[in-house]
Amino acid sequence: MATSNGPVLLSFWVSPVSQRVRIALAEKGVKYEYKEEDLFNKSELLLKSNPVHKKVPVLIHNGKMICESLVIMEYIDEVWPGKVKILPSDPYQRAQARFWADFSNKVCECGHRLWQKSGEEQEAAKKDMIEKLKLIETELGDKKYFSGDVFGFIDIALVPFTSWFYTYETCANFSIEEVTPKIVAWAKRCLQRESVAKSLSEPGKVYEFVCFLKKRFGFE
Amino acid sequence: MAESDLKLLGMWASPFVIRVRMMLEEKGLSYEYIEQDVFNKSELLLKHNPIYQKVPVLIHGARDICESLVILEYIDENWSWIGPPVLPATPYKRAIAHFWAAYIEDKLMLSFVGILRAPTEEVKAEKIAETHTILEMLEGAFKKCSMGKGFFGGDSIGYLDVILGSYLTWINAAERISGAKLLDETKMPLLVEWEKRFLAADCAKKSLPSVDQLEKHARNLQVTRWKVDSAN
Repeated sequence: MATSNGPVLLSFWVSPVSQRVRIALAEKGVKYEYKEEDLFNKSELLLKSNPVHKKVPVLIHNGKMICESLVIMEYIDEVWPGKVKILPSDPYQRAQARFWADFSNKVCECGHRLWQKSGEEQEAAKKDMIEKLKLIETELGDKKYFSGDVFGFIDIALVPFTSWFYTYETCANFSIEEVTPKIVAWAKRCLQRESVAKSLSEPGKVYEFVCFLKKRFGFE
Repeated sequence: MAESDLKLLGMWASPFVIRVRMMLEEKGLSYEYIEQDVFNKSELLLKHNPIYQKVPVLIHGARDICESLVILEYIDENWSWIGPPVLPATPYKRAIAHFWAAYIEDKLMLSFVGILRAPTEEVKAEKIAETHTILEMLEGAFKKCSMGKGFFGGDSIGYLDVILGSYLTWINAAERISGAKLLDETKMPLLVEWEKRFLAADCAKKSLPSVDQLEKHARNLQVTRWKVDSAN
């Protein structure tokens, strides 16, 4: 358990959902202790902190465990209000933010199928991914970020998956920039923010990690 | 925007719709309910939920709000001046409520529908055991969230009550069809007591279909869509 009173984040370096929380904490300027978990050899702390799912991320704060990345993001926004707001105040805009953040989880699901499967199943996953990215691109339009000028909930929920684009493209032989150029441009804008640049993994390293998983777990 | 601008696109048997109706009832909000044929989707549904093309959709003036959990929070936040609040008061308790909502959504329906869709007695038994495990987890969640009071929300019906409550008639129908006790007082006594309390509430009485109706609907799905011998 943490010796300080500050929050502790149980995380895994390449996990996009853990990166959501890292970005949120950085945007808020919250100092925290980062604990890297070995997901192939889970610690007692992780198993105790998230007994239901045994997954990262987990935020430990004032002796309490908060699990599930989008839940943690809302918690962070409420517990450290300050000047930076991750969720808007208006109920309808909050509803839109929650809807699209949840939709970004579907991109993650497609992504898993895309690199784990091959042949027809992979083609189906690619088609699904392209459809979803196009819907997201329509929602983004020509805005700087999803809510307009302010970097927020939807951006934080989606941006970690952009460092997996190279992996998706290489595994399924397509170009995300060709199909959804505005998403790629948005991702580059986000990477100019320190919170994002310091939290996301390099695309090459993500691909190395996926190759390692494929070999270890026999995905081909 | 007037309350009279509220419309709900729904389907009578959908737990996702039922929970929104329960919430609107709890808040005392008037709305126009428009039943949808989910196997033959209307232009109205496709227009107001182009992404998923599913119910429920809450139409509030020019606003479309989709996804049941998003709708529940919208109602609570937009009409926050109508108390008591349906989501808990503190950030941590809200995080716990969100966590268990996600757990219920991920696991529960798949599991009890799995019982109804089971092609063999063996699979059925597995799904029954799985449902028990999930409900036992929720027994623990209830103990933590209710803090000795009658509902997940404490003294009054809350977010988790309407989410889990929206599945109750389906669970009862699955019990009748499978012959298995799912909400079992020996395994989850607190939830069994909660069920009785919740079913007596106005929002439940006004929003849940009858078990007879839902049993008939589920048996029909078994035959027409799931291709399961309904004698199972």
